[in-house]
Amino acid sequence: MAKYITRRVIYMFITFFLIATATFFLMKALPGSPISSASKLSPSQLAIVEAKYGLDEPVPVQYGKYMLNLAKGDLGNSFQFKNASVTELIVKRLGPSFILGSQGLILGVTIGIMLGMIAALRQNTIWDYGSTLIAIVGISIPSFVFATFLQYWLGVKWGILPVALWKDGWLSSVMPSIALAMGPLATASRFIRTEMVEVLSSDYITLAKSKGASGFEVAFKHAFRNALIPLVTVLGPLAAGLLTGSLVIEQIFAIPGIGEQFVKSIMSNDYSIIMGTTLFFSAFLIVVIFVVDILYGIIDPRIRLSGGNN
Amino acid sequence: MKNKKFLWLFSLLLVVGLFLAACGGKEEGSKTTTDEKEKEETTTPAEEVAADEEQVLNLNMSAEIPTLDSSLVTDAVGFDILNNTNEGLYRLNQENVAVPAISDGEPTISEDGLVYTFKLRDANWSDGSPVTANDFEYAWKRAMNPDTASEYGPYMMSGVIKNATAISEGTVEYTELGVKALDEKTLEVTLEKPIPYFLSLMSFGTFLPLKEEFVTAQGENYAKNSEALLYNGPFTLKGWDGTGLTWQLVKNDQYWDKDTVKLTQINYDVVKETATSVNLYTNGEKDRAGLTGEYAMQYANDPELLTEADTSIFWFKFNQERVGKKSPLANKNIREAISKAFNKDDLASVVLANGSMPANYMIPKDFTFDEDGNDFRDVNGDMSTFNVEEAQAAWEKGLKELGVTELTLEILGGDSDLSKKMDEYLKSQLETNLKGLKITLKEVPFSVRLELDTSQDYDIQVAGWGPDFQDPYTFLSLWETGGGNNQMSYSNPEYDQLLKDINGKLALDPVARWEAMAKAEKIIIEQDFAIAPIYQRGLMFLVKPYVKGVVSHPFGGDYSYKWAYIEGKN
Repeated sequence: MAKYITRRVIYMFITFFLIATATFFLMKALPGSPISSASKLSPSQLAIVEAKYGLDEPVPVQYGKYMLNLAKGDLGNSFQFKNASVTELIVKRLGPSFILGSQGLILGVTIGIMLGMIAALRQNTIWDYGSTLIAIVGISIPSFVFATFLQYWLGVKWGILPVALWKDGWLSSVMPSIALAMGPLATASRFIRTEMVEVLSSDYITLAKSKGASGFEVAFKHAFRNALIPLVTVLGPLAAGLLTGSLVIEQIFAIPGIGEQFVKSIMSNDYSIIMGTTLFFSAFLIVVIFVVDILYGIIDPRIRLSGGNN
Repeated sequence: MKNKKFLWLFSLLLVVGLFLAACGGKEEGSKTTTDEKEKEETTTPAEEVAADEEQVLNLNMSAEIPTLDSSLVTDAVGFDILNNTNEGLYRLNQENVAVPAISDGEPTISEDGLVYTFKLRDANWSDGSPVTANDFEYAWKRAMNPDTASEYGPYMMSGVIKNATAISEGTVEYTELGVKALDEKTLEVTLEKPIPYFLSLMSFGTFLPLKEEFVTAQGENYAKNSEALLYNGPFTLKGWDGTGLTWQLVKNDQYWDKDTVKLTQINYDVVKETATSVNLYTNGEKDRAGLTGEYAMQYANDPELLTEADTSIFWFKFNQERVGKKSPLANKNIREAISKAFNKDDLASVVLANGSMPANYMIPKDFTFDEDGNDFRDVNGDMSTFNVEEAQAAWEKGLKELGVTELTLEILGGDSDLSKKMDEYLKSQLETNLKGLKITLKEVPFSVRLELDTSQDYDIQVAGWGPDFQDPYTFLSLWETGGGNNQMSYSNPEYDQLLKDINGKLALDPVARWEAMAKAEKIIIEQDFAIAPIYQRGLMFLVKPYVKGVVSHPFGGDYSYKWAYIEGKN
């Protein structure tokens, strides 16, 4: 186990390094410049600004410097926000994204599991079809449509919840969280249903039933536990995606989250923010996948973690 | 068995723990927002009592403030906020004429028009200290200091303030810039050459004063948030954390003209979605909402709709030399044909439908005025208007001269929904009206378009320009032979000579200069058909009827709230 973990940690660092390198060179290949008024400046004026930000050096040199600073934990300064460091921006913007992501995830997965179980236990009944329908709707309606719909009805028409903005404490997070929950809800319910159906038809369930275990006991104690295993696998990347923010939802509800910066930084060639957000997201995902793999091994005894054949 | 159960439980705990840790951030987050709310509540009620109507304005912004360091600002939001929190020598008034602000009356100008001496009025910074001539000298030199790496400093000052061009070429030290504090309240500015629009430049954000002591004391921290800034304008900024989506402007009690200012507070939130912004407006949380796309159409007949002419103009650039090779557009008749072959009225009212106006000119409407207040637009009127017969006649002639019967040309445009819609319309208009013309469309992101522009790798480009100062020259100078924005191999010695005169020997003769500029515009649009104007951008808003006195400006900061007030809300 220890050997396995050490190995994995080394791989994690290599992965991270490769992502950083690839992102850096791809980003430099983007057309355009982070200097917003570059087209208005004369070559000598532009040269002064570029020199200040080290953009005048060859790309490999810039890469070397960036990696050295990265090793020191310095992500540099943003180009768009001229007085803000990347770390500062990420830290400030992460909070709201994290809140929405975690609430959306918990809500979506909980309801998804319930729907999936109902569907599996009441196979081919109206319950099953109903839950399938919800899952299909959840996966096929884009979140921005759903979010706009929520905003109009719950916010404008009925006035139950704030329309947008991050000002009313927890209430502000309700609508965006619901909108975010649709994806994980659909995923979880489909996974649970499929697994449960399979598990419920296996021999040991029949045995449990024949031993006189109640329907409830069979469903939760025997079937659900086993059906949960594959869900854990998809939950990791899903969590990483949700917790690091969503461009669409943050835009619609005017929330100061990090998700929006993923896209905006690319549009404005803000090199340091592109690197900062990408690396942050990758690190998060790498760690989550690692944790999930470890958990997976613990939950499911059929999977053996060994240092040997990885 | 028991052991396995324990492990299972343990891993479940871990997962739950991860969630809880994630939720842990929530309390902190919501706490700070309530704190902010409390702060807001404690400041407003006291002021509420004073007026019988709450003088608070609630606004949406479409983007964050990237920076408020006046040497570094390059964007619309930054200049807009600066225009309301700070004040330079001049300020645009309600009629959009630059009038003395921190300058105490008109400056004395030397005979040759090169030396301006400003007397400063008694005005204070928000910390109570006086605004001095040194604040201007320091700020302008700082903007030219290579260590500041300002973009707009060199851009705005080159060719205007003495030595600025040489400084940005690195041949002269930035300390040699032609600005000098003669004493505490007297500022002497030396120009490179007479600049007729110099005083209107003095209202621009890059020329704002900065208190040296404060900026140096703050060091790296300067302009990081609303506390790390000083204000000398109608409002002070509050609650801005440097990257956030929310901030407030609060009436500045130290402002010299504070009796004019009626609003006590303006609450800003950054809302990037039009739908959200409209919903907040409908809900009564916001007093103004910008409309785009389908929303502009949906609210076209709303009584609260306000259409404003923006001062950006969009046009076809005809590239006469594509990547070093002469293109069919080098033929004047071909350019004339295309200029006249599309219906601009329908384009503006049906396709764009966002308040934009058809443009048969290059210098926008409602932008510059002569000394009697007449719009520059009145001089030349409309030129090169939509006319299918003339277009077809020119087209036949052009094709004959080129010795071909058909042409395939590419239109390079933006990749937004609106530009795509417009490009499609232009393509169909041109192909229908000009026999033998085939148009291909190339729609790319802005940065790519800039690159293609620089390398002159396009046939026809839909491009635009917004003014940087209040003078037709900001548009006319674009087409100077070899100019940085020309990028279409247009060259006309007569035009170049006119440009030289406009900012040279005619600089001190406003009437002759005005005429020369009108002539130059004619050459571009009507004589050479160097570009074909398409539309002048319009902006559409929903504005609550109780919002009064907001002034919108043709350049620099978009709005002034100095004269704004609330009336009839209750």
